[in-house]
Amino acid sequence: MLKMTHLQKVYRTHLIETHALRDFSIHVREGEFVAVTGPSGSGKTTFLNIAGLLEEFTGGEYQLDGVDVHGLNDDQRSRLRNEKLGFIFQGFNLIPDLNLFDNVDVPLRYRGYGAAERKKRIEDALGRVGLASRMKHYPSELSGGQQQRVAIARALAGSPRLLLADEPTGNLDSLMARGVMELLEEINRQGTTIVMVTHDPELAARAHRNVHVIDGQVTDFDSEPALRAGSRESGIGNRESVQAAPVSP
Amino acid sequence: MLTYYLQLGLRSLKRNPILTALMVVGIALGIAASMTTLTVLHLMGSNPIPWKSDKLHYVQLDNWSPDEPYSEDGRPPDQVTYRDAVALMEAGKADKQTVMFKLSLPIQPENRDLKPFQALGRVTYADFFAMFEPRFKYGHAWNRDQDASHARVVVLGKDMNEKLFGGQDSVGKSVRMDGIDYTIVGVLDEWKLRFRYYDLTNGAFVDPDEFFMPFTTAVDLKRRASGNNSCWKSPGEGWDAFLGSDCVWIQMWAQLDSPARLAEYKAFLDSYVSEQKKLGRFPRPLNNRLLDVTEWMEDQRVVSRDVEVQTGLAFAFLVVCLVNTIGLLLAKFTRKAGEIGLRRALGASRRDVFTQFLIESGVVGLSGGFLGLLLTGLGLVAVRALYSEYRTVAQLDWMMVLTTIVLAIVAALLAGLYPTWRACRVQPAAQLKV
Repeated sequence: MLKMTHLQKVYRTHLIETHALRDFSIHVREGEFVAVTGPSGSGKTTFLNIAGLLEEFTGGEYQLDGVDVHGLNDDQRSRLRNEKLGFIFQGFNLIPDLNLFDNVDVPLRYRGYGAAERKKRIEDALGRVGLASRMKHYPSELSGGQQQRVAIARALAGSPRLLLADEPTGNLDSLMARGVMELLEEINRQGTTIVMVTHDPELAARAHRNVHVIDGQVTDFDSEPALRAGSRESGIGNRESVQAAPVSP
Repeated sequence: MLTYYLQLGLRSLKRNPILTALMVVGIALGIAASMTTLTVLHLMGSNPIPWKSDKLHYVQLDNWSPDEPYSEDGRPPDQVTYRDAVALMEAGKADKQTVMFKLSLPIQPENRDLKPFQALGRVTYADFFAMFEPRFKYGHAWNRDQDASHARVVVLGKDMNEKLFGGQDSVGKSVRMDGIDYTIVGVLDEWKLRFRYYDLTNGAFVDPDEFFMPFTTAVDLKRRASGNNSCWKSPGEGWDAFLGSDCVWIQMWAQLDSPARLAEYKAFLDSYVSEQKKLGRFPRPLNNRLLDVTEWMEDQRVVSRDVEVQTGLAFAFLVVCLVNTIGLLLAKFTRKAGEIGLRRALGASRRDVFTQFLIESGVVGLSGGFLGLLLTGLGLVAVRALYSEYRTVAQLDWMMVLTTIVLAIVAALLAGLYPTWRACRVQPAAQLKV
């Protein structure tokens, strides 16, 4: 589903070069729920930006659902992003002056669906996150947990192949966080591949597989990315192959 | 998608009503200033008789002083002498021709309730009506025989007929002018002339002529024209001396229906002047001119330099308003960087973002256009109130309404180009913590 091989990302200014990702390789298979962990500045965000086709990379290869994304133009990248990817952001990123229906409608508009198809998908998506009755409400009328559910509905409405989540519970209290996490697990069980960046070891432990990133490189990962149906019960100590991550100087 | 972008544009404008109002009012003011002056300029400069303006030619002969030209740029006099007017009319070489001058006469109404009043009219030949084509409400023009017989006939303007006869059909009745009764042969309908192009020597933006009478009849009255009269040497004493002098006070038009006829007539004029030279007249080099209606308007600067300068200044003001709008749109779109980043992440291409924000600019322009149209209307009311001579040209026609709206939208789109370009350069990754 997502395959990066020896990926490089270098930010250049007049004075310095910063290697955000170096020789970064990762392979996420269809149906997996992968947690990407690592300290701040390790390159997690750069990885997700590149995975989400929001940033270009400077070397290596990246295949998304079998498509080599290198050399695609803006229109092609936008279409691929719209068709294959769903995003869930830490800050929800809902448009405040659009109601829930119109917020979920945004990616569907760019897909070019007709009005009836869009309506059906929006109602289905909001139904899946338990907010079908609040379609005409505005984001400001909802709790943080509900807003993140809307964001998930928006991500799901276009039936993406891969869901990219950045600290999806980072702005939520523990009760709401649990609800959102359960929703993501449910979505994954229904077949959507999920890659989630998180700081939270408990959340990471609920993924099928953890990938640890330090200094722009994958330093530690589960060697056998077997799909685990009971991932919710598995804590970080239960991972199949865990090694101490080397600490960068 | 267009409807979607339009909805988003309207919603975005509603979200920041003060910012929106500033932009719309800014564009509207710029548009109103430009369109008010442009309307006056447009109507001043528009062809008053487009179907035959290239056939009607203003006749100029250079009979001026041997010592100095009539004008520094070598133009011949704007009018002709009585001698030449009569000679050229008698020659009858054009397809149609007329000479004319402005005359003021006292009118003594039959109706005793009306006090006598002074009226300004036009003294001309029968061909005038066929050449300049005013519409008749009642009756018709006099004929060439009546020109020849110095008939005491008159054609009344619509206003004069209203005043004397309450707008009724007055053909066959008589009107007393300066103690003489003239039979009314025709009454004009409203003649919607934006300016009196057939006599630009006495000011283009003046009241319509109140009556028309045969040239031959009027000359018998021995009354001098109420219009301009220029002499390069003393005309001498008495009416006959004045008629025989080199003073210019009569306007002449010739209708020439083809380029060949124009060339023939020009040759005729040159030949006429050459003959006159033999008689000791026309001391200056041959300098006859035949200008058609639009050339004559340009020559006489119907559109004054002042109006052109005002229009230029108004457009400069529009540019200032647009620069202001660019700033406001930039501020508005910059504040929406987060939303732009989000839309890009959700599948919008740069082209989608560009279209969305350009349409939003267009919506600002459309709103500014409608408000600008309203303000233009008010501006023209003010022009009519302040400058009564412009009342016929300070009017919005459908062409200018359309121009106003299109100009406003184009202006707003131009103003929106840079902010929109900036908007579609937003890096989504920089706006979203993915």
